[in-house]
Amino acid sequence: MNHATIEKNISIMSLLTLVMVSIGGLVEIVPLFFIDSTIETVQGMRPYTPLELKGRDVYIREGCYNCHSQMIRPFRDEKERYGHYSLAAESMYDHPFQWGSKRTGPDLARVGGKYSSLWHREHMRNPRAVVPESVMPSYSWLEKNVLDYNDISARLSAMKKIGVPYTTEMITHAKADLEAQAIPGQNTTALISRYGKKVPVDDFDAKPEQITELDALTAYLQMLGTLVDFSSYQARSR
Amino acid sequence: MTAVATELYDYAVIRKFSVMAIVYGVVGFLVGVIIALELTFPGLNADIPYISFGRLRPLHTSAVIFAFGGSVLFATSYYVVQRTCRARLFSDFLSNFTFWGWNLVVVAVVITYPLGLTQGKEYAEPIWPIDLLITVVWVAYFINFVGTLARRKEPHIYVANWFYLAFIITVALLHIVNNLAIPINMTDSYSIYAGVQDAMIQWWYGHNAVGFFLTAAFLGLMYYFIPKQAERPVYSYRLSIVHFWALVFLYIWAGPHHLHYTALPDWASTLGATFSIMLLLPSWGGMINGIMTLSGAWHKLRTDPILRFLIVSLSFYGMSTFEGPMMSIKSVNALSHYTDWTVGHVHSGALGWVAMVSFGALYHMIPKLWHTRIHSVALINLHFWLATIGVVLYIVAMWISGIMQGLMWRAYDQFGNLTYSFAETVAAMHPYYLIRSLGGIVFLIGALVMVYNISLTIKNSARVPA
Repeated sequence: MNHATIEKNISIMSLLTLVMVSIGGLVEIVPLFFIDSTIETVQGMRPYTPLELKGRDVYIREGCYNCHSQMIRPFRDEKERYGHYSLAAESMYDHPFQWGSKRTGPDLARVGGKYSSLWHREHMRNPRAVVPESVMPSYSWLEKNVLDYNDISARLSAMKKIGVPYTTEMITHAKADLEAQAIPGQNTTALISRYGKKVPVDDFDAKPEQITELDALTAYLQMLGTLVDFSSYQARSR
Repeated sequence: MTAVATELYDYAVIRKFSVMAIVYGVVGFLVGVIIALELTFPGLNADIPYISFGRLRPLHTSAVIFAFGGSVLFATSYYVVQRTCRARLFSDFLSNFTFWGWNLVVVAVVITYPLGLTQGKEYAEPIWPIDLLITVVWVAYFINFVGTLARRKEPHIYVANWFYLAFIITVALLHIVNNLAIPINMTDSYSIYAGVQDAMIQWWYGHNAVGFFLTAAFLGLMYYFIPKQAERPVYSYRLSIVHFWALVFLYIWAGPHHLHYTALPDWASTLGATFSIMLLLPSWGGMINGIMTLSGAWHKLRTDPILRFLIVSLSFYGMSTFEGPMMSIKSVNALSHYTDWTVGHVHSGALGWVAMVSFGALYHMIPKLWHTRIHSVALINLHFWLATIGVVLYIVAMWISGIMQGLMWRAYDQFGNLTYSFAETVAAMHPYYLIRSLGGIVFLIGALVMVYNISLTIKNSARVPA
């Protein structure tokens, strides 16, 4: 075909362009939804608890992903610095994903349990008090902001609609579960029965009288990368 | 001809977009300088949440790409499509609608990001109501552009318009697919995709925001303004056909090179790398076609700073489209990923190519829009040198800091332990962050020189004839 035919006809040109730009995307994206091996089968993955989900919302709001990755690559130095390389399964409930693209600060994929909650509080107040070389801004407002979790059930049920396996029970009791995780001395039996024994229960910001944004963010950070049971995980060559 | 052109063409909307492009350029560069300084002198935000790095960085990227770049593209595409079709824009209403709609998008972004209202997807941070507004404006843009093409008095659609058309179509596709989300209230939503699929879709979007917003569209701009400013025809018609189709076909595959060695399956990342490397050919096809257009007019580079902006921008384009395929090779990417090298690479494209080709086009177009002469050619020359020095300082600093940090992360001592803690590698970045900030400041000063020069040009346009 003579190119003049195309460049004299807007419809042909538009359609041909649309076809050309669609092929690559279709080939690379669509199979990821259908090839089973894309997401590994693992033990231990569970949806975020209501408090962790709110913490994740704070993480996104503050734009933490601009400086912190959550994706450990399979290299010797990364294994030593951050731990086991990240699995696709570990972010299967992340809407949106938070793998990041830049490490102005360290990777956070397995930061859970690495530091005490008190360390996190000091770090958020003034990063340079605990890491002198840090260029992170302080997030002193997080412990002052009371957490707004009135819509927590709506958030869980939105997540359920897009594929996160929250049960009706989890959605109904979201508020109670959130409070049980953050307020010391609360009965946590129901929370643990729904989300498992590994749920970090703490007064994350050492301020028992109220639930703050820092409680939520710390709860989220303290569980990152801790869910998968690697003793039962067998890596398959992909 | 000039008299006819004035009546025939709608220049009013182009004038408005041109002025806003310069305003948003300065704002975007200024926010860039602020966040560069925040990394150099931590704590600079004085504990104010609204201007903390995590909230301002998306504001910087959106301001330069979508506010500045977008306004330049609206202005130039409306200018180019009218002149190459010898037809007035399809609809005055749609022209004005795109202008006010796009500016409303920018204002909404400027208000929401500092408040922490974000989707949390890089380069796609606007919350869902803004995304809907973008979609509506974009559809209006498409109709207006295609409608103008349909009115053309030339049988052929000029090559610049192929690129603009591909840009409008592809950006619509990318924007809609990547931003599908489930709303929770008027500001919050969750992406319908999760984890590995979301990552793939995000970088399919993200890389093609580069590929179509910052490359294809600006190549369209280049295909009009370089031949006009050099007063020479495009070097090769055949090359423009081949590299156009190769570019639009190949670019869309390149996204997964942002996800090497991640949990994305190997097959996808390998495909991304393969196509990224092939992409060198059509990219350089465009560069060669642009630069060779100067055949027989090379001497003009000595006297014409506008042409110098345009041609040097193509040199930066050539350099960054060589660097990009190289960085998409997995073993190189293993070093460069997560470091400042990527940031430097983006800026050699964004400042060196996009901003400089835009400056050249605006300096060419604005006097014509106001039927006058530029206030000072010497000041264009000054702007050119400030911009060039600024870009070079910026990218050299980022090359050094990026490669250095990548090497420090993987350094082992004689006992097989990691040599450096992460914090030590952060401390080592300080001098380069300072140089980068200086580069940004110099580039910003250049833009302010442009503001002064263009302001006087417009102010005096009534009494200075063309």
